[in-house]
Amino acid sequence: MIEGILIGLSTALSLTNILMVMVGCFAGTIIGMLPGLGPMTAIALMIPITYGFDPSTGLILMAGVYYGAVFGGSTSSILLNAPGIPGTVATAFDGYPMAQQGKAGKALAIAAYSSFAGGTISAIFLLVAAPSLSKVSLAFRSPDYFALMILGLTAISAFSSKGQFLKAMMMVVLGLMLATVGQDSLSDITRFTFNNMNLTDGISFVLIVMATFAMSEALTIIFRGKDPNRAAKQISLTELGSIKVNKEETIKMAKTIPRSSILGFLIGVLPGAGATIASFLAYGMERNYVNEEEKQKFGKGSVHGLSAPETANNAACSGSFVPLLTLGIPGSGTTAVMLGALLGFGIQPGPRLYQTNPEIFWSVIMSMYIGMVVLLILNLPLIPYIARILAVPRNYLIPLILFFSVTGIYLMSFNNFDIFLMIGIAVVATFLRLYDFPMPPLILAFVLGGLMEETLRRSLLISDGSPNFLWDRPITLIILLITITIVGWQIFSTFRKKS
Amino acid sequence: MRISPTKFISLLFLVLSVFYLYTAYNIQVFAFDENAPFNARTFPIYLGWAGIILSSLKIILPEKVTTEVNHKHLDYKSIIYLIIISLIYAAVILKIGYFISTSLFLFASYYFLGERRWGLMFILSFPFVAAFMYLLHGLLNIYLRDPFLKYIGVMG
Repeated sequence: MIEGILIGLSTALSLTNILMVMVGCFAGTIIGMLPGLGPMTAIALMIPITYGFDPSTGLILMAGVYYGAVFGGSTSSILLNAPGIPGTVATAFDGYPMAQQGKAGKALAIAAYSSFAGGTISAIFLLVAAPSLSKVSLAFRSPDYFALMILGLTAISAFSSKGQFLKAMMMVVLGLMLATVGQDSLSDITRFTFNNMNLTDGISFVLIVMATFAMSEALTIIFRGKDPNRAAKQISLTELGSIKVNKEETIKMAKTIPRSSILGFLIGVLPGAGATIASFLAYGMERNYVNEEEKQKFGKGSVHGLSAPETANNAACSGSFVPLLTLGIPGSGTTAVMLGALLGFGIQPGPRLYQTNPEIFWSVIMSMYIGMVVLLILNLPLIPYIARILAVPRNYLIPLILFFSVTGIYLMSFNNFDIFLMIGIAVVATFLRLYDFPMPPLILAFVLGGLMEETLRRSLLISDGSPNFLWDRPITLIILLITITIVGWQIFSTFRKKS
Repeated sequence: MRISPTKFISLLFLVLSVFYLYTAYNIQVFAFDENAPFNARTFPIYLGWAGIILSSLKIILPEKVTTEVNHKHLDYKSIIYLIIISLIYAAVILKIGYFISTSLFLFASYYFLGERRWGLMFILSFPFVAAFMYLLHGLLNIYLRDPFLKYIGVMG
């Protein structure tokens, strides 16, 4: 293994490759910051450019773009409450309130340190445990995936609802309903399209996330413009704050990072689960770990609440490379794009890659790690400049958020139906947010909807329509029991509050 | 009897769920799939029932945590203007092209939000959109459809 690491390092540390990773990180950050353009788009854009390079250089450039875009996505989540990718939605829960308190620089620094630490720890896991972990992920069957997704949705409802579990569960159902619009994946039967051709392919994730986060946030700021409490918050938006993290915050991060890294990595290894579930579960888990005083700070700018999802989503990014590199199965959308790039270079990932071409395997891992180091060295000092986005007055910021949202959708489809749909959903979301109906459960449900139906379909077909699949396998049963415990805990908490 | 806004939203969600369930039962599936353990209707039917149960519970159960919104503090005028401008923008973007429609949308939004620094408003609309288009189309090679700029020969 040591020999492999050295081969990987010698390739990644050449002058050209270091330059490539720097360019990649910078370009990735810029693209990732634009709401709607996440790592997947950023990497996809780079694929044609990398064809001119040798495989290692191309992969190193893409690794830089990948981590740059993830960092950029966190930046737009924290500064604008506009997550470009589902994996950074949980980052906004505490990152955005922190920015509103005038600690934007600090929030970005905590996100950067947590991402770096999460990525580093999971890269070590990846080096040590890749072959054996792929066996664990192979042991998961459709019923387990289905139960895991139910757990993820219940957890997000429990932890993001501020005590209003039923409202959050209603948003979960709404998200799943929106995900069923369009063609059924197996039979190609169109559902809920009402003979509108524009809905045949379903509603895009970018549209939903733009409408419920970016656009709805912009409308909410305007809507509550006369609110004296909100006006005070707007004034504090112009304070950028320091990027220095004090001792107390460092201790909090040091406690959060190890457990979130382990969770993030393990979730990332499971195909399909990825950074989104990891970040939401880490957020929920962290809230349960901390004391009552810290728990109250969640959703209001908690260091634990920001550090946990940021650590976990980066750890999951590395974890998702395990099934890709050892089995040739992409575990997430981003790794699917990476698979396309590897195939373009004539490299077929899978068990044979690890055994017969270890130099490629190690250079991919090393390039990922060097990308994170460069990002920390390059982007962290730039945080005060990046955070200046907040200093833009409301009269300019709001139209610019709307402009980025509309552009993101227009770029995807060149179709004004999608823009009308986005405006409609944004207006509904604005009113729902006004009455504390949380949007994150809707987003997660929408993302998981297709996969959830697919795993339920397989499970029911295997069990011939019987619900036995929910308790036949020990893993499924354990996940189901955890879900029931969360629901039970919510009911118990409600009764305790009453008494 | 006064119904709280949360319960009213839950009632709307109940109506939506009933309609969704009705539509789900009417999804046309293949004849050989009609009695299969899982077909295109199954998942939506479960969702419809879940929506009905959850919204009914929200309506029936007493509200322990109420969300109070002071409507005097809500700026209905600005938001209505902004939504109308956005709808007009969506309606004309294909006809007059991305550059002009986006620049005009930004300029009008600044104006209706109370901005009167004309020079800054202009810079942050027309030249800003041009620079953004150059970044996307010129540098990142992301295709941006604009029939007007194509017509006058600025874009290929």
